[in-house]
Amino acid sequence: MEVDKKLLEHVAGLARLKLSEDELNKFLPQLKETLEFFSRLKEIDTGNVKPSFHPVELKNATREDKEEKCLSQDDALSLAEHKKNGYFKGPRAV
Amino acid sequence: MTDETTLKDFISKIKNNEIDVVEYTYKLIEECKKINKEYGYFNTISEELALSQAKEIKIQLKQKNKEIKNKKLLGVAVSAKDSICVKGVETTAGSKILQGYKPLFDAFVIQKVKEEGGIIIGKTAQDEFGFGTFSMNSAFGIPKNPFDSERSCGGSSGGAAGLSRKLGNHIAIGESTGGSITTPASFCGVYGLCPTYGRVSRNGLIDFSNSMDKIGPIGKTIEDAALLMNVISGHDKNDSTSLNVKNEDYESYVKKSIKGMKIGIIKEAFGSGVEMEVEKNVYNGIEELEEEGAKVEEISLELPIKYGIATYYMIAASEASTNLAKYCGMRYGASEKLEGSFNEYFTKVRSNNFGEEAKRRIILGTFARMAGYRDAFYLKAAKVRTLMINEYKKAFKKFDALVSPAVSILPPKFSDIEKLTPLQHYIIDVMTVSPNVAGLPHLNVPVGFEKNLPIGMLLIADHLQEGKLIQIGSAVEKGK
Repeated sequence: MEVDKKLLEHVAGLARLKLSEDELNKFLPQLKETLEFFSRLKEIDTGNVKPSFHPVELKNATREDKEEKCLSQDDALSLAEHKKNGYFKGPRAV
Repeated sequence: MTDETTLKDFISKIKNNEIDVVEYTYKLIEECKKINKEYGYFNTISEELALSQAKEIKIQLKQKNKEIKNKKLLGVAVSAKDSICVKGVETTAGSKILQGYKPLFDAFVIQKVKEEGGIIIGKTAQDEFGFGTFSMNSAFGIPKNPFDSERSCGGSSGGAAGLSRKLGNHIAIGESTGGSITTPASFCGVYGLCPTYGRVSRNGLIDFSNSMDKIGPIGKTIEDAALLMNVISGHDKNDSTSLNVKNEDYESYVKKSIKGMKIGIIKEAFGSGVEMEVEKNVYNGIEELEEEGAKVEEISLELPIKYGIATYYMIAASEASTNLAKYCGMRYGASEKLEGSFNEYFTKVRSNNFGEEAKRRIILGTFARMAGYRDAFYLKAAKVRTLMINEYKKAFKKFDALVSPAVSILPPKFSDIEKLTPLQHYIIDVMTVSPNVAGLPHLNVPVGFEKNLPIGMLLIADHLQEGKLIQIGSAVEKGK
């Protein structure tokens, strides 16, 4: 696995982050060092082991499909900077 | 103000009108401001909310409302880590991206505290979203160790632990993903209890790693921690991972005999890498347990100590990278001038407002989940997690609790922490990450001082055995 500047920029882009040149130069050796250390997980035989996505067994929690009280439109919009006619306003899609 | 009466005495004085709750709260807020100037434990002091709660309590007491006499936390100051939502009070989780965010609702734990008459005094300092061990990765101030202001009070619930040490008649609500309750508790010489995953509702907690985040109490005494656990634990239908199990009376475990209990010393957690002073004091704590009648034996647990860091950080970063995807400058939190395409706008908001460690973890987690790497990193860690849970479960067939140092070092100086690479920083979490990966309850118990700095012992128990931890922890306190 070759972790280089190009890959780091690509991964950052997937996460919608633009790194400055300084950040790229700083993060690259740090990421390499970290991933190399984490590669030690390879030493463990996990052949037929199932992955755990939670530490305890959980049952699906569902509720009845019934209308419940929720935030009013005004409240929901009250924390947004960009809004118009009762909607959130986002950047141009096309 | 900080006289050492027990909380029980304090609460009964409030109930009997021996202490005027409004006057007291007013003075308390002034003391908080003073402490904050020197130590930086708060991101926000919620003066208005605290005083309005106190006034309401005073009215109820005057009216001789019957229910008021049953309130478990009447008049007690409770602080909340800044990642826990308090209605109308700025809640930032230590991040610039949430600066100015005032939640429209109370977290489940805050609702419970308010219902029991607890007074919310403010939001405590932390690492951004919990990303850190020393509370230094914050967009706001860095809290200082109560015993030496050139040293860290630990993280990520650093403000919570420091304030617990400094402020009387107060309990803190902390949060741990990989050790963020017990590490600062250890560095500040207080009791921090991280409950079983799902024991306390996460509703209203700003998430970091949703399969590991847990809210728990930090207090000056084990009684205080147990009291708050009684208030905040329990099932919540608004958290789909909340455990639907019977409520327990945690206070009933305080000072219960530990005679005959079996405690396993984790062999790999001592020796190389552990500072001598830490080891010596933890062994003193273990001796106290033996004196109280516990049976102590060594046990080897290879996975948690050797592979815990890699497993934890892979899972935590992966989950964090998805959880933090929601911060995009649209519905709440930081925004920028609305221009450019969707991607350009989101990228601008996120790049300008996330801190350095948040960016690092987002990148690490995105990498670990990316096509071509997912099996080797994220999925591999999830499988090792299964093996780790099994290894602990096997140990708990024989032992009531396991013991190790809470942190392998004394609280370090800020100037030394600054020299660490991110990986060296992560490795400091070696003692605490694995019980967090396995969702096991764990408790920091202060066991002594060296160079005037506190040292903590970590006790780990099986799922839902918080009571045993309180029982064992209070035996050490008694032995002091």
